[in-house]
Amino acid sequence: MSLPSILIQLLNGLASASSLFLVSAGLSLIFGVTRIVNFAHGSLYMLGLYVAYSLIEMLGRTPLGFWGAVALAALAVGLVGIVIEVLVLRRIYRAPELFQLLATFAIVLVIKDAALFAWGPEDLVGPRAPGLSGAVEILGKRIPVYDLLLIAIGPLVLAVMHLLLRRTRWGALVRAATQDREMVGALGVDQAWLFTSVFFVGSVLAGLGGALQIPREPANLDLDLSVITDAFVVTVVGGLGSLGGALLAAVLIGVAKAFCIGLGFSKLTLVAEFVIMGVVLVARPYGLFGKPQAVARAAGDAPPPLSPPRWTFSVAWIALFAVVPLVADQYVSVVLIDIACFALFAASLHFIMGPAGMVSFGHAAYFGLGAYAGAVLFKKAGLPMEAALVLAPLCAGLFAVVYGWFCVRLSGVYLAMLTLAFAQISWSIVFQWDSVTDGSNGMVGIWPAAWLADKNVYYYVTLALCGAGIAFLWRVLFSPFGYVLRAGRDSPLRAEAIGIDVRGFQWAAFVLAGTLAGLAGAVFAFSKGSISPSVVSIGQSTDGLVMVLLGGVHTLVGPVVGAAAFTWLRDVLARETDFWRAGLGFVILLIVLLFPQGLVGGLKALVARWKPSWKGQA
Amino acid sequence: MLTRNRLLAGAGALAAFAFTVPAGAEEPIKIGELNSYKVFSAFLDPYKKGMELAVEEVNAAGGVLGRKIEIVSRDDNGNPADAVRAGEELLTREKVAFLIGTFPSNVGLAVADFAKQKKTLFIAAEPLTDKIVWDAGNAYTFRLRTSTYMQTAMLIPDAAKLKKKRWAIVYPNYEYGQSATAAFKKLLKEKQPDVEFVAEQAPPLGKIDAGAVAQALADAKPDAIFSSLFGADLAKFVREGTQRGLFKGVEVFDLLGGEPEYLDPLKDEAPVGWYVTGYPWYDIKTAEHKKFLDAYQAKFKDYPRLGSVVGYSTVMSAAAAIKKAGALDQEKLVAAMAGLQVGTPFGTVTYRALDHQSTMGAYVGRIGLKDGKGIMTDWHFVDGKDALPSDADVKKMRPAN
Repeated sequence: MSLPSILIQLLNGLASASSLFLVSAGLSLIFGVTRIVNFAHGSLYMLGLYVAYSLIEMLGRTPLGFWGAVALAALAVGLVGIVIEVLVLRRIYRAPELFQLLATFAIVLVIKDAALFAWGPEDLVGPRAPGLSGAVEILGKRIPVYDLLLIAIGPLVLAVMHLLLRRTRWGALVRAATQDREMVGALGVDQAWLFTSVFFVGSVLAGLGGALQIPREPANLDLDLSVITDAFVVTVVGGLGSLGGALLAAVLIGVAKAFCIGLGFSKLTLVAEFVIMGVVLVARPYGLFGKPQAVARAAGDAPPPLSPPRWTFSVAWIALFAVVPLVADQYVSVVLIDIACFALFAASLHFIMGPAGMVSFGHAAYFGLGAYAGAVLFKKAGLPMEAALVLAPLCAGLFAVVYGWFCVRLSGVYLAMLTLAFAQISWSIVFQWDSVTDGSNGMVGIWPAAWLADKNVYYYVTLALCGAGIAFLWRVLFSPFGYVLRAGRDSPLRAEAIGIDVRGFQWAAFVLAGTLAGLAGAVFAFSKGSISPSVVSIGQSTDGLVMVLLGGVHTLVGPVVGAAAFTWLRDVLARETDFWRAGLGFVILLIVLLFPQGLVGGLKALVARWKPSWKGQA
Repeated sequence: MLTRNRLLAGAGALAAFAFTVPAGAEEPIKIGELNSYKVFSAFLDPYKKGMELAVEEVNAAGGVLGRKIEIVSRDDNGNPADAVRAGEELLTREKVAFLIGTFPSNVGLAVADFAKQKKTLFIAAEPLTDKIVWDAGNAYTFRLRTSTYMQTAMLIPDAAKLKKKRWAIVYPNYEYGQSATAAFKKLLKEKQPDVEFVAEQAPPLGKIDAGAVAQALADAKPDAIFSSLFGADLAKFVREGTQRGLFKGVEVFDLLGGEPEYLDPLKDEAPVGWYVTGYPWYDIKTAEHKKFLDAYQAKFKDYPRLGSVVGYSTVMSAAAAIKKAGALDQEKLVAAMAGLQVGTPFGTVTYRALDHQSTMGAYVGRIGLKDGKGIMTDWHFVDGKDALPSDADVKKMRPAN
């Protein structure tokens, strides 16, 4: 690379960092005050692009029309943010931590289908900015004027936000709430109003980030998820709550990618931001400029201890599942195989997320690596299918040993994002290592051995393996090992003080969960006959989270019920309606609003409320 | 091994037999269709309309085997595992005669392997991957759409004619882009041994950093560029490249750039002079295309995209296969597919017995501008059979089953 090229690639990196910074700043602000991991933030960005596109068409391609549309689009997205906050999120602030993530996940689905309905499936290429459509020559290379403007906008917005947070009363309240929102409430500040306003500002930033991309990016339906992961990465690398950190992180990632491209390593851009995040988090557990998270007092109460299911309950269910193939058609077995695999996957995620208190955003790594290990051992190493199935979970467990060692050193959202980094690095290796994993096409011809070829036989084997896995995880939770995990979660200081090596136990829990997720993955792979990198993808990890939260993170059987409900719902809705994503979103929203403790948690609460009156009648 | 296969074959045939004897002869023949409607809606919306038109025409002409046909569609969410589950549902619950459809290559390959396992016919509509008929080909899978290799080969004569020495390449980083690039390099090198490939960029699908990529390509000072970008990546690349002067004095080839799905969103920024394959529906004067175009426009008040042609032709292929087989028996259907000739809007295509690839062709031309819209100019039709490797090469690639 020549010197001029280096300079231009630097400018390119800065320009692409600008919008990313705006989105991340909004995300960081919302998280700081409300503690909501807003999965729908990327959807707000996408809406910004679509709305700006339509407004420009309406107002005309003049400078006034363009900039008017950008400003109006940002405000419109802010209003959408208000609607989301008032109608949905406000109702579930008291739910267990992260439960709001489930609601925002549902909102992603709804917004995606709404955008498809309103703007159609085709990509919409917006106009260039009137008056700024040309390029300037720098050292003999041309760079669009608009890019230079974007480079200026990032720091400008940072300055405005800084003034807003440091010089206004609203800013003081936001900073106070970020530190200690209970105290702010106790001092008589209307929290509802504060949260709504923060959501509005955060959404405006997302909408603005989207609208400003109009000259650089066609409005399309894939933007939401591609932006949200980038925004999470930037927020965490910069340090939660630090807007300056977010800007620095956005620039770091933008410039790193531009140089990957400039130096001819363009394939690295697939994973560059996750490698950077991994390195930063290992070196600095709270991001570049972050501070240890203040403990939110409202959520300080330890969740109630789990209660083991009665053996009659287990026997009844086992008997029920055993007769299914005898009475139902074969497709029921097919769906139940999926459900069993996902149930074990969700139960293993719950194992580290609930009782061990370590949220993972990248649990698909172990599910997927288990699936791939099984496939590679079977197809490439030529092992018998049964041997591959047995060894696969161990391979996933090995990865968990390595990844877990780093992850347990962190906590909270930082830990979650480090698991995501490892998952994405695994994904990109699986995606690109053609000679071993067959690359993006995935592997085919992974069928079970002859004696398992019959779906009903495979169903029983799946039931036995996944059932045993789940039972083992549950049993462990009521062993001393399980109690130690709970102690480490509820009171890490005291646990340390009585001589428990909390980190060591968490590491062991991580490996155990990874191994069993790997078992679920391997059973899943052989039931499908093929696998592709999507089993290691963010989508798979998110599905796992949704299942656990849907069922109830503070219950034992919740994740299994969640896995069943989610898989079944998706299967039914996808068949019955065209707009099945929105349908699924609405159903989840309904569950979220009716059962803020998750399905099982909610049912338990209902039962608890009815029990006294039953007794009264008796 | 043999006995196991025989056992499976027996079970498969039994199952097929059970599926294909419906209660009443008047019931329509159900054909199972899988596609990623929500993930690739820009292509698959028109595709679905094309299917609907074909079903209507087949049934208006009295159906096949005296029965009407019915397509039972499932959304596979762009995920091979979901596709296989939906396939199970279609076969066991809906009792469909066989399977058609799929869009992305990974889903296509997974369903192809599933079809092989179930000994059920599968007509892959859209997946472009060469593997589905070659390296990973199987006895039960046929593919309609002109493949990555074929489309690339169609551009080679124009590329070689230019005698440009320094080529730069940009492609989306997954199998389609990788195969297109590999095929292009190999084929051009054969025609023009002194060619040099001076830069290669592989941005992630849907996430191209277009400014940086355009700059990096410009730094290599190429005489010509071969791109296999499409969709939002293509739009971004065109805009950034134009603004940065990348395309000045440089010949550009884009593999799918002439398809209305990807060309139309560019509107007046369509890059004039690029060599592309695509579908100039406004200009094709053949009788079979005119009939299709008129019917399509009358029914949907919209113009067809390439997806419409693929959807229409897939259903027509399915109907023709049933007609030729004379029964819904899988082995007969598969036998009928080999060498089957089907009339499509692009003329008659043949499903080659050799590798189960159809000879559907494509239109090759250059991008022009008319009334603020991108169109294809100077185009000509290339028959698919002229863009395939020699039979001996195909045999080498295809496993012997």
